[in-house]
Amino acid sequence: MTLTTKLFSAAAGIALSAGAALAEPAIIYDLGGKFDKSFNESAFNGASRWAEETGESFAEVELQSEAQREQALRRFAEQGLNPIVTTGFSFASVLEQVAPDYPDTTFMIVDSVVDQPNVRSVVFDEHTGSYLVGVMAAMASESHTVGFVGGMDIPLIRKFACGYAQGVKATDPEAEVLANMVGTTPAAWADPVRGSELAQAQISQGADVIFAAAGASGIGVLQTVADEGVMGIGVDSNQNYLHPDNMLTSMVKRVDNSVYDAFSAGESLEPGVVTMGISDEGVGAAIDEYNEGRVTDEMRTALDEARAGIEDGSIEVHDYASDETCDAISF
Amino acid sequence: MQKMPQWADVLLIPLVSLILAAFFSAVVILAIGENPWEALKIMVEGALGSTYGWGYTLYYATNFIFTGLAVAVANHAKMFNIGGEGQAVMGGLGVALVCLYIPFPHWTLALLAAAATAAVFGAAWAAIPALLQAKRGSHIVITTIMFNFIAASLLNYFLIGPLKADGMEPATARFPEAARLPTFQDMFSSPDNPLFRGAPANVAFFVAILACIAVWLLIWRSRLGYEIRSFGWSEPAARYAGISPVRIIMLTMLISGGLAGMMAINNVMGEAERLVLNSAEGAGFIGIAVALMGRSHPLGVFLAAVLFGFLYQGGAELSLWTGIPRDMVVVIQALVILFTGALDNMVRMPLERVFSTLRRAPKPDSKSTTARTAE
Repeated sequence: MTLTTKLFSAAAGIALSAGAALAEPAIIYDLGGKFDKSFNESAFNGASRWAEETGESFAEVELQSEAQREQALRRFAEQGLNPIVTTGFSFASVLEQVAPDYPDTTFMIVDSVVDQPNVRSVVFDEHTGSYLVGVMAAMASESHTVGFVGGMDIPLIRKFACGYAQGVKATDPEAEVLANMVGTTPAAWADPVRGSELAQAQISQGADVIFAAAGASGIGVLQTVADEGVMGIGVDSNQNYLHPDNMLTSMVKRVDNSVYDAFSAGESLEPGVVTMGISDEGVGAAIDEYNEGRVTDEMRTALDEARAGIEDGSIEVHDYASDETCDAISF
Repeated sequence: MQKMPQWADVLLIPLVSLILAAFFSAVVILAIGENPWEALKIMVEGALGSTYGWGYTLYYATNFIFTGLAVAVANHAKMFNIGGEGQAVMGGLGVALVCLYIPFPHWTLALLAAAATAAVFGAAWAAIPALLQAKRGSHIVITTIMFNFIAASLLNYFLIGPLKADGMEPATARFPEAARLPTFQDMFSSPDNPLFRGAPANVAFFVAILACIAVWLLIWRSRLGYEIRSFGWSEPAARYAGISPVRIIMLTMLISGGLAGMMAINNVMGEAERLVLNSAEGAGFIGIAVALMGRSHPLGVFLAAVLFGFLYQGGAELSLWTGIPRDMVVVIQALVILFTGALDNMVRMPLERVFSTLRRAPKPDSKSTTARTAE
């Protein structure tokens, strides 16, 4: 969409007063970029699915610097775009300040909670989803050693690791969980070489199933897993297709659904906190034509039991983010 | 005798380089099917067409002034400080500690304390590579760049551990209201005449200008500056003249690191008002290009920093309002760096040839006068 049409629609929006039918939704991707094969790309997929189905358009921007968070939010809000979706917890603090200035606009944030009357906060139960793939990993492992490769060492990734380790330990108390992080800077999300190195190290220590929760670095992890003939677990998007012979499953996190829902709701998007978990398939273990041969009947039964247990509360998966401790694994 | 007059060196070469960079950017934009003229208009209007745009341009420029000066000071001693990034990160840590734990009565005191701490933290981070260079001859390029990674890890440790605020995000809590620096909006805007609305440019910009003046005084008007320059031109000669290399290396790098660290009063204290993981955002590296383009002179650094501020803010407007992806914006920025920094001689040598033929043409007596004025 060109600037002139943008300006025209904005001018028209102002002329027709707030809430005009012209308002289109907007999405702001985090610094990782919209083609990160993972989190942001999932959001982009949800947005484009909405655009294809409705034939409407949406505004989008990929950030380049921290200062642009506030800038993009304000500029989009001033243009009358509504709702405005932001992907990633890094927007929380900025949104906290910007949202009250635009009471007629509904904002949405993924992966964090912002307590404002016009913000919808979507959070995912990554710990329970990771628990499920942990159960599968423990059952698939013959060496009783499984691996976890995280991207950047931040609380969110520890939440994945903690849930995973609990699932493994609950299924096979003897199993050992090896955990490594790719790095401590944002570059850790895009370092497949280092990811591959860590996977190699874990395999040499006996790991035969490795869960990669590392953005684009995970591509390197899964490649090594395939090269060495062991099994891998993907993350966020369904990555089973990457290596059809070596993927056990993927821990999917349906960011795309949350964006799709928000865009479909349009200006009537409900504010408040929305938790997407196992029951609404916000998170889960992906089973498709690429991995169904590897998922045994026992695994399916165990998965169903774990799912049911988590839903009725008989299995309690500890959430690392709640108190920043984890008994199942040490970092 | 110089090969060409000074005005050509300072103005003409960067200008020609810029035009070349703009030309190639236009070709690239054309190649992806967008209109380069439209893109240029959006960049100029977005970055310079309103006080709002200027507010962002000058905010970015402030970062680049500090890191550019840091690289420039080190350059005068022929040392290549590419650790500006790490030093700025450490400066941010210092600012965060001061702002979070000391209750200031007024922002002026907070600014003074934060600037001093940021400088001390940045200088301390440069001190170790400097000492290794001075005493052990470990190359400063290698050590400073390694220290960038150590700084990033250290920051990460603090932000997921001791300094982390509640929530998922690895960041500190917001600084208290008293440590809030006045933005341009607070300073220049009135209800009848709203200016700089929402833009992050703040009082740190004036600190950056003061830093430019201070660096000029230091390098060209002080004994230490003279020693730094002589050391840079020839270490054996400086040593023969009784200048201690250890002392010069240490002092230069401390000043350099301190300047890089002081960037934090702009991005951490002035803009974010809290410390986040990605706080320095590569400004330390942009500083290298800024210093190169500014010929290590404070005025040049200032102008080059504003240019890069323009590229950042103009680039943001491009990705907000056109289909030009942000990677293309990075390509445009890279082309400018390439032509103004790395490919300097490509423009310089033909221009020098033009000037020497021009100079040969006039009569002998007029030639000597032009040569004299040129010097």
